[in-house]
Amino acid sequence: MAEEIKAGCARPTGGPVGEKPGAKQEPPQQPMLKEVKTMVTVGKKAPDFTAPAYHKGKFINVKLSDYLGKWVVLCFYPGDFTFV
Amino acid sequence: MSVDSVFVHKMWNDHELSKMVKGGVPFPMLSDGGGKVGNIFGVYLEDAGVEARGRFIIDPDGIIQGYEVLTPPVGRNVMESIRQIQAFQRVRKTKGAEATPSGWKPGKLTLKPGPDLVGKVWEVWKTKMAFDD
Repeated sequence: MAEEIKAGCARPTGGPVGEKPGAKQEPPQQPMLKEVKTMVTVGKKAPDFTAPAYHKGKFINVKLSDYLGKWVVLCFYPGDFTFV
Repeated sequence: MSVDSVFVHKMWNDHELSKMVKGGVPFPMLSDGGGKVGNIFGVYLEDAGVEARGRFIIDPDGIIQGYEVLTPPVGRNVMESIRQIQAFQRVRKTKGAEATPSGWKPGKLTLKPGPDLVGKVWEVWKTKMAFDD
């Protein structure tokens, strides 16, 4: 039976269920390089990036370093239509 | 910036946000599919596949001066972001000669750090000045 999803501010997501494909495989001989979670640091350069964007009726490409010389407020949010 | 596509950004702007803000969103709405940019800024929430409410103030040299990160259900305070930008701009304009005490906003007293001010802040700055009148 399909369950009704309660609409909240975190966007509902799905994912694989049950046994992971390839879960029975032997662990790799070489230890995998563990990915280190990073956070930027105040007083340090913001990492540069490009991103597609919607701006006043047009689709554009935005590059952070194009804004050098200006103050920039970069805002992340969980998703469009997430209420708050 | 969110993990949504630019097409969804357009729909959200055209069908909802433009009804709240005259003329629609005035700044670019950035798309970060897969959260690659959010990941390097440390705001990508892997389990949910979305980005937290992270806000970064970046100065004209590209230096991050401040940030705030909230979980999804709590919205930000725009006035506080503006206050912080005004404070960082004041510090930058005075080349660091002035510092802005707690609760500072334009018109309030700044402090000039130096040997003469050590241990004397209490004489010139009162805790009630941290709060709005």
